[in-house]
Amino acid sequence: MGKIGLIVKREFSTRVRKKTFIILTILGPILSAAVFVVPAYIATLPGDEKMITVLDESLLMDFDKGNEEIKLRYLPPQKFNLEQARAFSEKEQDYAFLHVPRSSGGDPDWLARNIKVYRAGDLSMGVQSYLEKRLEKYLQNEKLKASGVSPEIVARTKTQVNLRTINTKEGTETENATFLKMGIGYVAAFLIYMFVFLYGSQVMRGVIEEKTNRIVEVMVSSVKPLELMTGKILGIALVALLQFTIWVGFGALLYFLSVSVFLGDALDPEKIAAGAQSASSSRALDIFKSLSTINFPLLLGVFLFYFVVGYLLYASLFAGLASVVDKESDAGQFTFPVSLPLILAIIVLFRAVDDPNGALAFWFSLVPFTSPVIMLARIPFGVPGWELVLSMSLLLLTFVGGLWVAAKIYRTGILMYGKKPKFTELFKWLRHKTT
Amino acid sequence: MLEIQEVSKSYDGHQALSQVSLSIKQGAIFGLLGPNGAGKTSLIRIINQIIAPDAGQIWLNQERLQAKHIAQIGYLPEERGLYPKMQVAEQLVYLGRLKGLDKSTAQKRVKEGLEKFELSAWQNKTIEELSKGMAQKVQFLATTLHQPSLLIFDEPFTGFDPVNTNLIKAEIRKLRQAGATVIFSTHRMESVEEICDSIALIHQSKKILEGDIQEVKQRFSQGILRFVTREPISALPAHFEKVNEQQKTGEIITWLKPIGSGASVPQALQNISSQYGLVAFAEELPSLNEIFINQVQHG
Repeated sequence: MGKIGLIVKREFSTRVRKKTFIILTILGPILSAAVFVVPAYIATLPGDEKMITVLDESLLMDFDKGNEEIKLRYLPPQKFNLEQARAFSEKEQDYAFLHVPRSSGGDPDWLARNIKVYRAGDLSMGVQSYLEKRLEKYLQNEKLKASGVSPEIVARTKTQVNLRTINTKEGTETENATFLKMGIGYVAAFLIYMFVFLYGSQVMRGVIEEKTNRIVEVMVSSVKPLELMTGKILGIALVALLQFTIWVGFGALLYFLSVSVFLGDALDPEKIAAGAQSASSSRALDIFKSLSTINFPLLLGVFLFYFVVGYLLYASLFAGLASVVDKESDAGQFTFPVSLPLILAIIVLFRAVDDPNGALAFWFSLVPFTSPVIMLARIPFGVPGWELVLSMSLLLLTFVGGLWVAAKIYRTGILMYGKKPKFTELFKWLRHKTT
Repeated sequence: MLEIQEVSKSYDGHQALSQVSLSIKQGAIFGLLGPNGAGKTSLIRIINQIIAPDAGQIWLNQERLQAKHIAQIGYLPEERGLYPKMQVAEQLVYLGRLKGLDKSTAQKRVKEGLEKFELSAWQNKTIEELSKGMAQKVQFLATTLHQPSLLIFDEPFTGFDPVNTNLIKAEIRKLRQAGATVIFSTHRMESVEEICDSIALIHQSKKILEGDIQEVKQRFSQGILRFVTREPISALPAHFEKVNEQQKTGEIITWLKPIGSGASVPQALQNISSQYGLVAFAEELPSLNEIFINQVQHG
């Protein structure tokens, strides 16, 4: 095994043996799934039952019983006046009391202005919007009746439009595909951003650690600084790839599991032929069908390329710049300017997934420092071959240049202690003679 | 063994070494002396091929210094350390393999080395779990594991406790007996005088002095003689002046310095011996420290 191989092995094995790596690798997908699932689950949990007493003097609400959470009960207007009804509600310790006054001349607009809710304290947003919606509906019905239109006709004529999109390039009906492509582009781009930052900063921390532990001079008396730097960057890249593979494996497993659980029946050709599909499984099938219009092998290939080369570019620059400082707290000053394009890319990402063939997305997917993120956002929508090749070539060239610059700074930086150089001095280091 | 020819190095307008030449013999313990910032570390880094000289050549065993020689050099830098979270044995094997040892040789030597320094029980502990003294032994092992023919120690005794200092001095002598050549870089003269055969003095990027220790001391001798007598020397011999005098119980030490060319040492010796009861006599050679300070201040 060559010296770089030994360094790669050490960097890799010391990192994957760490508890934090194991925990993060296992918990990562669970945690990120939890970020989406838990709020959604909590939102579906029923709240406490809220009893609202209603004094409906206009008989507007048709004795609406409310829903699971908000219960409505009615007091007979001939037996209760407003004061008595409120007193009753307070005695019963109801959540709130709703008063619909007797309409003057059957004017719904007057009624709309004069319906009141009483509650000791603030009314919850959910209750308020629920009551408003119900009341709007009943008042609208009153208005329709006044205009001589039966609410049944209105209900019958209600129409929902689901625009079906035909992508003329792909020649297939790709229902919901835009939304899906946006999602996939966004996730892929964000993954690259996250990995580059996460592992780029690990490289940075590793370089500073070697410097603060004073082992670096022992090391460079055995290996060339470039070998040490390259070994560290590659070792950490392998850690990132391993983690990524595990995560993708998890994801693929989940995908196939959910496909077989939710679509198992729907995908059965006999049943498709028999037209035995429920409405929900047909929608799931549509999603599945539009997923299959995306070129996943290309997406994965392009992802790996931008992931690896983007990481290499940023990691080598981080390594070079980290070498000039003694303490991690000083590193920000040097690495921040380098991380700016990456942060900019994330800002542009939102526009890029919305308009993947626009000028902004085009240029940012060519510029090497932002292309790893932005190109990934564009890939699910299809990118002309020449653009992809140009963008990849530019990124590779920039990486080679970046590595050269980083190595020059690194070989001088790692032997410097105490004094923090200025940016202008770093340019001078580029001219130092090397072994 | 090691020939350094006209080596120069500068950084951004600051001259670190200017045309330094040195010759170090096989099996020597060589002291590379000089104040802080003189250029010692730059020269050592050039020998270790960590940095490249702007000009000049270096030869190791009649071969132009090149990448393969890394395996023949053991270097303990002044700024030294280990990976704190790596286990002792694993780390030593790693460092040994980076110096070109194969895995099984490295493992064997690590085992022997740890036994020698009584660290076997600690081989699976991480460096940060060791005491400072133990970590220093591990560091020394890491430097010598690949049995280099040239050992370079940059300020080796700073940060080492006295017990380890003695242990390491003894190890260095053993290594020399086994045929290794040793370079010591330091600004602390007492250890140099004790252990080195020859020295070079570097000051402000230039070599200002080189040679065998005894020869250098003779060169800077002012001819001062030290007499230990029973009676005080009341009448000085002709052409001598008194430099200093110390009274001890029953003995008097007097330092005399010859003036001009008429001074005769045998004559003076005979006079003092017959009149004042001579106990001992020696030529007083300057200490390296005196030569060092003298050269740095006036040289």
